[in-house]
Amino acid sequence: MATKSAHHGDNYINFEKGLWSWLTTVDHKRIGLMYMATVMFFFLIGGIMALLLRLELFAPNAAANVGNVLKNGDVYNQVLTYHGAIMVFMVIVPGIPAILGNFFLPLHIGAKDVAFPKINLASWYCFMAGAALAIATFFFKKIDTGWTFYTPYSIRTGTATVLMVLGAFVMGMSSVLTGLNFIVTVHKLRAPGMTMHRMPLFVWALYSTAILQLLATPVLAITLLLLAAEKLFGVGIFDPALGGDPVLFQHFFWFYSHPAVYIMIIPAMGVVSELITTFSKKVIFGYTAIAYSSLGIAAVSFFVWGHHMFVSGQSATAGIIFSFLTMLVGVPTAIKMFNWVATLYKGSVSFDSPMLFALGFLFLFAIGGVTGIMLAVLPIDVHFHDTYFVVAHFHYVMVGGTLMALMGGFYYWFPKMFGKMFNESIARLSFVFIFIGFNVTFFPQFILGAMGMPRRYFDYIPAYENLNKISTIGSWLILTGFLMGLWVIVQGLRNGPKAPLNPWGSKTLEWQTASPPPHDNFAVEPIVTAGPYEYR
Amino acid sequence: MSTDSTTTANGFRAAHVSHHFKDATQEYDSGKQGIWLFMVTEILMFGAILVGYAIFHHIYPDMFEEGAKSLDWKMGFINTLVLIFSSFTMAISISLIQQNKTKQAAMAMATTILCGAVFMCIKYFEYSHKFHLGLYPGRFLDVAKVGAEHANLGMYYGFYYCMTGLHGLHVLIGMGLITWLLIRTIRGDFHSQYWLPVEGVGIFWHIVDLIWIFLFPLLYLVG
Ligand code: HEM
Ligand SMILES: [Cu+2]
Repeated sequence: MATKSAHHGDNYINFEKGLWSWLTTVDHKRIGLMYMATVMFFFLIGGIMALLLRLELFAPNAAANVGNVLKNGDVYNQVLTYHGAIMVFMVIVPGIPAILGNFFLPLHIGAKDVAFPKINLASWYCFMAGAALAIATFFFKKIDTGWTFYTPYSIRTGTATVLMVLGAFVMGMSSVLTGLNFIVTVHKLRAPGMTMHRMPLFVWALYSTAILQLLATPVLAITLLLLAAEKLFGVGIFDPALGGDPVLFQHFFWFYSHPAVYIMIIPAMGVVSELITTFSKKVIFGYTAIAYSSLGIAAVSFFVWGHHMFVSGQSATAGIIFSFLTMLVGVPTAIKMFNWVATLYKGSVSFDSPMLFALGFLFLFAIGGVTGIMLAVLPIDVHFHDTYFVVAHFHYVMVGGTLMALMGGFYYWFPKMFGKMFNESIARLSFVFIFIGFNVTFFPQFILGAMGMPRRYFDYIPAYENLNKISTIGSWLILTGFLMGLWVIVQGLRNGPKAPLNPWGSKTLEWQTASPPPHDNFAVEPIVTAGPYEYR
Repeated sequence: MSTDSTTTANGFRAAHVSHHFKDATQEYDSGKQGIWLFMVTEILMFGAILVGYAIFHHIYPDMFEEGAKSLDWKMGFINTLVLIFSSFTMAISISLIQQNKTKQAAMAMATTILCGAVFMCIKYFEYSHKFHLGLYPGRFLDVAKVGAEHANLGMYYGFYYCMTGLHGLHVLIGMGLITWLLIRTIRGDFHSQYWLPVEGVGIFWHIVDLIWIFLFPLLYLVG
């Protein structure tokens, strides 16, 4: 490959041609785009399922047609399981790190590639293989356990637990490999002058996330393997009938899955840090505080898993300790929030579409975060547990937080990735639809939860009908917004005008190379002499 | 990844520096860090199952005692020795490579693979003997037939098979990797300027060995 010199006009897209060159590429930018295509596809599937769930809940089942699209509770449970599992394991967890992280981490620190390009490619194949296994279950033996696979139900149910769980295991390997790659890349491949404290905050976020991926995922891996063994060989560890302990499964599961929610949100915080400083034309306020608070969140997140188990029968002391520790996560998170707001203050803020998503993130994540602290309060959680309040909370965080940041990051870096601009007014309109639609969908769910509507039910009493109707209508608004976003991307790719080198006037390193970047990222290795945000 | 295959003075192919690294040192340091980080994940994975073991050992001490007694500690002890010896030959092979003693290094690797095979054979005999006695995991263990004192002795065997099974799988993977190294060694890929893969697999093998050193007393001796 090196024999092919990078003559003028060459970039990573036209560097080599043909499908095969993509499937065998070791270029982190191409791998990022491969993740982008596949994650978008899974998002579409998961999204269709979400719309079906909402359609079922549009009216009580007594009502004709619409209230009964999914026929019965079994089908509802299956669709719910696939929706949750696909969105978590195939969309939000890989989302930002695998797409934007892969593409921009080396560019951000002036490296030619990630440390292990082949492993990077292998991790995409792991991801695809795991996803294939998981989705394969859909075609012969559907699974209906919910994405948490709680025992003992997951052992007893006749569905495809083993295959699904192996799929999640393999996807977990992909996640570990990506994280490992990022850590070594950050440690070893920074350009001359790029000290740790000159790294963009997005890199800090990816770095903290990678540590989490590395430390938490193995525990999930063994948990899933044990679950598979339990189902196949009845080993008895999680099965109460054999003296085992189903609550142990929950402990193991949440020991991963709580940190996992930070694997989902910390990268989003990184993207938002970039967006806020760029579009405020101002040095970010409290660079080190933001950088280290990512590490802080990562650290604390390991000690709070018990807040998912307040009503599981764990001891009251444990409940109180977990309640307290959970609230601690609020501290580093609030540090970030205040720093972002302080950056906005007296900045010359411009409301381009990426910035709209960043501001949308601040708003929605604030609601998601505050309700999270509410749920951390033990007595409140006992009341709200397994109601729609929880559903609303985690959608505010995961969708309102992570997905908003992903969209904002997409628009922000689109010109760099493809060298083209997109239709800004439609992009803003897509934001408006997603933002409003999101609140219309999920805010009523807080109220429903407070009224006592339980989650994972496919029918409800008439008292809940109006709010559910509103919620379902909101889901159609979100759909409209995402379709617009898709149109913006496709239209921009096909005939967007050529992008200027640095359309937003950003200061980070990736904007100093060509758009789209050449195969080796930089024509000459950059030498870094200042921090990432030297605005004023 | 671009590579330049010039030949060193002593006739070996020179180190391959992938195009995104500045020099061989940077590549070596990165590779080594990567391997160690991966080992962290391995240790955590086994760590979690050990936590499960500790919890149930605490809840059912008698049942675990009965289980440990039913295992043949001599078999486990021989296997411990075999693995420790194989770790030794693996370490030797790295040092031989560093001295350009390719032939001897290949011999050392082959010995390591052989040790792995011996380990797996002994495991095979242990497993089949247990199956013969009806000592299956969990719900498949027939308490009456086995004459177990504790109704949930099956759980002990659940742990036994899960822990040793997962470990055995790692031994097999390690044997595969060392075979790959052996082929490359014979081909002359490794020499005093380049031995990273050997060291990497070596570290993996040592960790697998180390994990066994934890599993052996916990399963066979502690009771
Ligand atoms: C975009 C519009 C979306 C809508 C309208 C929607 C709707 C729903 C509905 C109705 C449920 C069932 C709640 C219950 O019965 O307990 C649900 C569950 C869930 N959703 Fe979404 N969802 C959307 C997007 C997402 C995304 C992007 C994620 C990614 C993280 C996600 C993650 C989950 C999870 C984890 C569950 C819980 C599944 C379970 O408890 O088994 N959702 N969603
Ligand atoms: Cu949690």
